[in-house]
Amino acid sequence: MFKRDEILQTIEMIDQQHLDIRTITMGISLQDCARESAENCCNKIYDKITRCAEKLVKTGEDIESEFGIPIVNKRIAVTPIAKVAASSDTEDYTMFAETLDRAAKEVGVNFIGGFSALVHKGFTLGDIRLINSIPTALAATERVCSSVGVATTRAGINMDAVRLMGRQIVEAARLTADNGGMACAKLVVFSNPVEDNPFMAGAYHGEGEPECVINVGVSGPGVVHHALKAVRGESFDVVAETIKKTAFRITRMGQLVAREASQRLGVPFGIVDLSLAPTPAVGDSVAEILEELGLESVGTHGTTAALAMLNDAVKKGGVMASGHVGGLSGAFIPVSEDANMIAAAERGDLNLDKLEAMTCVCSVGLDMIAVPGDTPAETISAIIADEAAIGMINNKTTAVRIIPAPGKKVGDTVHFGGLLGSAPVMPVHDKSSAAFIARGGRIPAPLHSLRN
Amino acid sequence: MKAIVTVIGKDRVGIIAEVCALLAKNDVNVLDISQTILKGYFTMVMMVDTSGCKMAFSELSKLLQEEGEHTGLSVRIQREDIFEAMHRI
Repeated sequence: MFKRDEILQTIEMIDQQHLDIRTITMGISLQDCARESAENCCNKIYDKITRCAEKLVKTGEDIESEFGIPIVNKRIAVTPIAKVAASSDTEDYTMFAETLDRAAKEVGVNFIGGFSALVHKGFTLGDIRLINSIPTALAATERVCSSVGVATTRAGINMDAVRLMGRQIVEAARLTADNGGMACAKLVVFSNPVEDNPFMAGAYHGEGEPECVINVGVSGPGVVHHALKAVRGESFDVVAETIKKTAFRITRMGQLVAREASQRLGVPFGIVDLSLAPTPAVGDSVAEILEELGLESVGTHGTTAALAMLNDAVKKGGVMASGHVGGLSGAFIPVSEDANMIAAAERGDLNLDKLEAMTCVCSVGLDMIAVPGDTPAETISAIIADEAAIGMINNKTTAVRIIPAPGKKVGDTVHFGGLLGSAPVMPVHDKSSAAFIARGGRIPAPLHSLRN
Repeated sequence: MKAIVTVIGKDRVGIIAEVCALLAKNDVNVLDISQTILKGYFTMVMMVDTSGCKMAFSELSKLLQEEGEHTGLSVRIQREDIFEAMHRI
């Protein structure tokens, strides 16, 4: 029998500290769906997704009710569409996005990721067609997420792709101007993207993945925050140990749900993503943890060190709790999805430069950041280039999900609703990066010795 | 299948009787009970066996929750695996 305290502690974590499984994401390979006729290809894609994921949502709900743990999202990641659609006889890939959207609605998932291309070294025909279609595809669909890999540590940075993505982000915002530039909230630009990431908007089903797989992302910033309240004023040795123990518990729950979902669906278990993912709900904030550690506001001096310690301790605690760890694994810092980050940005205590520094030590990058609507495409490209460089040099995943909010200026707020929250418009540097971005070409892959 | 039932609410006469009657009616066998008053609230944790219950687990869970709400109690049932995962290595 368990101790009464243990049982009540678990219930308190779920009821009052927002402990939940953030997502069960089914990865589905679409490699066998390629057809010369785009229409046939779309039919194949629709059939395969709806067949594989038919029971995904129901299974998630069953597990939710039996274990009494909320599973917030059920999602799907598919093979990058640029690969699947490459042999089809069409240049506009919007119809592929629409097919994904229809399939997502049919099986009841709230997001489907994989309208993606990997172009860190160069573009195939399929890649360029896909990237050209991103703004219209995201404007025409509701649940489709898109990602583009523009850099890796091994290949360097494709600056042509960086330049192009700056323009596509501006265009995607323009096409969804009456919705706050919503399309940009579903678009991520990656350096070192991972193949088994269960989190949106960057999820896709990578090349090394099996036919179908279940990946699980856990959450629980509120639980970590609560645990840290009990060790106020103690040294970082104690703090790190407390975070590790908490992360262990959270991840064990993720592992249990992943195993159960995998068994019931008859689909292999892939990984648990050891992440602290915030939501806009009060008490479900990563920034609040950093503030609990003794910072008056997230964004002030010390934030990077605090985040580095948090990120590392979460991984150390979580890794022993799960058989297979993967995905992005780390603390997320999406500004619009974290109540205390929103507050800090509104106060001016948190700016883009500090966020950039924070991305050096955590997962995953400049995430859900709104900037003024008149920000030049070259400036956005330059922000992407900076972030890609951090990922490339430090051998880690970094990403940019930025929204040049149409018609908005610094001080305004863009509301996306739901998990995407609301983003205060943050200032960017006003000096031009245009000539830098105009150069194009590739930034060569970095050296891996002489590390300093 | 073993599961944990937790009952939390304002203390009054007859809570244990009501919950046990409801469980018995649905062929759920009680294996262990631990009960106390915590910060003024009636708090009960029961280990039960649901293998004789004819209802689906999710229906049983819904029934307990609804019946609890009628009488001002938070009643929940969860498979024991979740506690096992979280508190035992």
